[in-house]
Amino acid sequence: MTVTEKDDHNLKQNKEKKSEHGLQFSRGNQVKWLSFPYLIWMIGFILIPLIMIVYYGLTNGENSFTTANISIIADPINRDALLLALELSIVSTIICLILAYPLAIILNNTKLKSNSFIVLIIILPMWMNFLLRTIAWQNILERTGVLNTILEFLHLPTLNIINTPAAIVLGMVYNFLPFMVLPIYNVLIKIDKDVVNAARDLGANTGQTFRKIILPLSLPGVVSGITMVFVPSLTTFVISTILGGSKIVLIGNVIEQQFRLGNWNTGSGLSLVLMVFILFSMAVISKYDKEGEGSNVW
Amino acid sequence: MVKKFFSRCYIGIILLFLYAPIAILIVLSFNASKSRAKWGGFTLKWYQELFHNEDIMAALSTTLIIAITSALIATLLGTAAAIAMNSMKKTPRTILLAITNIPMLNADIVTGISLMLIFVALNFTLGFTSVLLAHITFNIPYVILSVMPKLKQLNAHTFEAAQDLGASPVYAFFKVILPDIFPGVLSGFFLAFTMSLDDFVITHFTKGPEINTLSTKIYTEVRKGIKPEIYALSTLMFVTVLLLLIFINRRKADKNTLIRKV
Repeated sequence: MTVTEKDDHNLKQNKEKKSEHGLQFSRGNQVKWLSFPYLIWMIGFILIPLIMIVYYGLTNGENSFTTANISIIADPINRDALLLALELSIVSTIICLILAYPLAIILNNTKLKSNSFIVLIIILPMWMNFLLRTIAWQNILERTGVLNTILEFLHLPTLNIINTPAAIVLGMVYNFLPFMVLPIYNVLIKIDKDVVNAARDLGANTGQTFRKIILPLSLPGVVSGITMVFVPSLTTFVISTILGGSKIVLIGNVIEQQFRLGNWNTGSGLSLVLMVFILFSMAVISKYDKEGEGSNVW
Repeated sequence: MVKKFFSRCYIGIILLFLYAPIAILIVLSFNASKSRAKWGGFTLKWYQELFHNEDIMAALSTTLIIAITSALIATLLGTAAAIAMNSMKKTPRTILLAITNIPMLNADIVTGISLMLIFVALNFTLGFTSVLLAHITFNIPYVILSVMPKLKQLNAHTFEAAQDLGASPVYAFFKVILPDIFPGVLSGFFLAFTMSLDDFVITHFTKGPEINTLSTKIYTEVRKGIKPEIYALSTLMFVTVLLLLIFINRRKADKNTLIRKV
């Protein structure tokens, strides 16, 4: 059946259903066909392309099966790049969480209850190009940069963190902090104030209320935040290129280089290795996102 | 009060952290020295030269055309899909939402590579169209996730009531449903537009050698030094958005006070 035939068929079915059940919007069948263009789009541009990576990753140039593209991860250079990427992305995720949680709580407690305004302030920096913002950090962190000028002025010891892993972590925290703040904030504003007040009435102090009520209820937001920061940090090649100099290589740089050199099979194989970590985070998120809403993310 | 003081300080520090690089870029756009590293005095030269730089202007127009078109198409497809998904039973809805989440949770580099592989496999020349298709693909989920919550809050009976009063389903949709979910549709569109504008990684893999967006143009200049005109352009874009947002917030505030007075 072609798409239009399918649509016609469904429309007919829907018309029959309508006469049986009367008109419904929320549970009606008549609007389901609206998802077909989307479904076809996502199969064509998300699912099939992912299968292509699996195919390229598991074959060599002559279309025969091989696991060489996967096992190349054991090569010391690639292995170190993966381990360093894991280390830096875990550190950045933890820092983001430590910075974002108090911020989300403060934002939630402000009298200024204009929800969209707070979200805008956090998203607004994205209107300055992501690469440029990262380049600006070069200016701040450089040996004679803004930060060191200020430190010298205050007669404090200068820092030398450009082209070190610390600069990359800073770049990751800077770029992905909004992705930690927003999901946590979105969960916090939904917590029923009566539940918090009830806990206080029953004699819980601030610490107990936080531990027993707010923290458990905010966990889905924390989990989305962790995924939203961990995955892009683990896979970045831009931040390490700009702030890490040429000596620090992350797994993202290795993959990008393989594709630049035309080694698509090797690049795909290494991407498959990365996808194991991504799938793991997705599994964790879906465990906490029981409703299947995904709305915690934004 | 002490607590409030600390809260204010904390927000201040975070905002400083988020906006310091932006301040640096704005300062650099007025820097007479071509080098990023030293201050050569105040100038407006780069703002004038910007409009004569054909490379940058071409990249800007490509970026804007792709951002607007991809956000529009993604808004249409995404809103339709969200309405359909809202009316589905739990299992198909969960499956569709899981597919929706893939491009949001997957790494950009993997999405970019996978799209490049499919375009090449289909003998599709990498260029403007491939970038546009890629942007629509990663934009749709943002629209769906913006529209879905609005659909949930919807009162289904108003739609039935409109039809009982003789409106056709399509007419009832435009008169009853759409006005209610419109804020979600609009924020989905703007989110998609912003994501498209700011994307580098997926564009990098799907663009081919012929075209450049602002992001890919900047990336080619990272090693040899960014042209100061780029700083001027980003400053202009940032200030435009900032003014637009202040204007919208003002109007909202005016409306609110007006309602309160009435």
